[in-house]
Amino acid sequence: MTTRIVELRQGILKKNDELARGLRSQFETAGVLVLNLVSSPGTGKTEFLQGTLRELISSGSRAAALVGDLETDNDARRLAASGAPVRQINTHGICHLEAEMVSKHLDGWNLADLDYLFIENVGNLVCPSSYDLGEKIRVALLSVTEGEDKPLKYPTIYNSADVAVITKVDIAEAVGFDRATALKNISEIRPGIRIFETSAKSGVGMAEWLAYLAELRPLR
Amino acid sequence: MHELSIVASIVDSVTETMAAYPGSRVKEVRLRIGALASVIEDSLQFCYGLGTQGTPLEGSTLIVKILPVRMHCDGCTSDVEIASLQSFRCPHCNEPLTDMRQGRELELDSIEIEEVEATV
Ligand SMILES: Nc1nc2c(ncn2[C@@H]2O[C@H](COP(=O)(O)OP(=O)(O)OP(=O)(O)O)[C@@H](O)[C@H]2O)c(=O)[nH]1
Ligand SMILES: [Mg+2]
Ligand SMILES: [Zn+2]
Repeated sequence: MTTRIVELRQGILKKNDELARGLRSQFETAGVLVLNLVSSPGTGKTEFLQGTLRELISSGSRAAALVGDLETDNDARRLAASGAPVRQINTHGICHLEAEMVSKHLDGWNLADLDYLFIENVGNLVCPSSYDLGEKIRVALLSVTEGEDKPLKYPTIYNSADVAVITKVDIAEAVGFDRATALKNISEIRPGIRIFETSAKSGVGMAEWLAYLAELRPLR
Repeated sequence: MHELSIVASIVDSVTETMAAYPGSRVKEVRLRIGALASVIEDSLQFCYGLGTQGTPLEGSTLIVKILPVRMHCDGCTSDVEIASLQSFRCPHCNEPLTDMRQGRELELDSIEIEEVEATV
């Protein structure tokens, strides 16, 4: 009996990576800025996105959203209230979005008609970090209620982010949020990252975030 | 638990490769996984046992090589390994580190196969 080694040297998620690369160039060609929102369940992605979409739409920007959810379409319904086109990606128990799911849900949308496309990932701090969706900007959110050390516990996702958003600052005081430690922990994992401190409920910090979005998309 | 999806991708790739080696069986599958790839080896091993059942990979051994996070430090103008995933700072000069050179790999490196002797 003879044995031999066969070299494969390939990415395990090669199919996803290739699809994501294709999506990225499709998005660039269409001139749409794509953002992937990741966080724990309940951080406030949908609330934050709803506020963002409402403001963008009312200021004349063209924005749409895809929202991943394990089983329900509650988030899609909440987001659609902003007036933006919204599609639900039901992952049927899969704990993250993949490029193929995004690709399938773009059917019939003319990307060139959009300025912004937001993708709300499944609430999960581990799995989404491995799956490139072709986004330009990965946004990692952290709420004031979930502990200042979250970034230290989940360095993979916070390190892969392009911007960080702290949510629910309206209740920061009530829950004894240690702002300085949270900011320090995020920067320790991702030095130099831009951090927004927001509340989608009270509107605090949303203007800075919207100014950043406008800055990112100077064309038009 | 995306380890099961990862195992499914491995099964697909290896099964595809094995088509070129009829009469052989898979003995070992070797991966290279970055320390920042968000894969837990124990769950991967567990899912491997489940996910390879009834495939040409059934009964094979999974070998996982973990690659440390390596960053380029502008201060030292060289690549450094970070000591902990909780701090992206140079262990030599304390400079914040942003330029990753290794650590997110999720690679199928090689497989060891065994030719089962043909009956004469
Ligand atoms: N006080 C306060 N509560 C908020 C804020 N944003 C969200 N919430 C509340 O937090 C809870 C979760 O918010 P969601 O927006 O559904 O969170 P999510 O991250 O989309 O959750 P999943 O999609 O399940 O992962 C809801 O009860 C919201 O009303 C905020 O800015 N302030
Ligand atoms: Mg949500
Ligand atoms: Zn250094």
